[in-house]
Amino acid sequence: MVKPTRVTNSIRAVREAAGMTQAELAKRIGVTRQTLIAIEQGKYSPTLELAFQISRVFGVGLDDVFQYPEA
Amino acid sequence: MVYEERNLWSTLVVSVVAMIVYVIVILQAADGGPLIEVDWVPIMLWTIGASIVGAIVVSIVWGMVASVRDPDGTGKSDQRDRDIARMGNRVGYAIIVIPGLGVIALCAFEAHWFWIANTMYLGFAVSTIVGGIASVIAYRRGLV
Repeated sequence: MVKPTRVTNSIRAVREAAGMTQAELAKRIGVTRQTLIAIEQGKYSPTLELAFQISRVFGVGLDDVFQYPEA
Repeated sequence: MVYEERNLWSTLVVSVVAMIVYVIVILQAADGGPLIEVDWVPIMLWTIGASIVGAIVVSIVWGMVASVRDPDGTGKSDQRDRDIARMGNRVGYAIIVIPGLGVIALCAFEAHWFWIANTMYLGFAVSTIVGGIASVIAYRRGLV
């Protein structure tokens, strides 16, 4: 069983609010659509660099896209 | 299915088939007699060569079929592919220690070359298969 990451993200909500498809976002950040799906579903933790790229696409801060619980 | 996952499946399927075929050919060549009398070297070399070529051919043909459906995804790999490949290799290397120790033990007991070589071959095959299965699971269930 894969240990779930504590990092959550709201990429899907932010992406849909921006009217962007998965394919478009995946192309912008240079990953496959399958990788973006895995990130959105919390099945893959992106590298810090990729996380910054994602938040930069939407012009928001890292904290607005990725969340980590306090305790 | 992404490009690297297709390659992985190709290697996995071909490795399993090659290992089964190898065992069958060796057993047929022995014809009920002692295995150490089988001329295993050409059989093993042909199996290794055929499995390498087979994995490449299957991957290319599968890639051609897949590119018709998804032209943009052909030949693309990214950070997740590299992370999964690294994890799969780590699992494979952990497995290879076991036949490595087995070979040392066989040498210590002066076992026949047949058993030494085939233990190592089996180790490589199992390592590839287990590493491949670990990677496939990571593609399907996630890698975090």
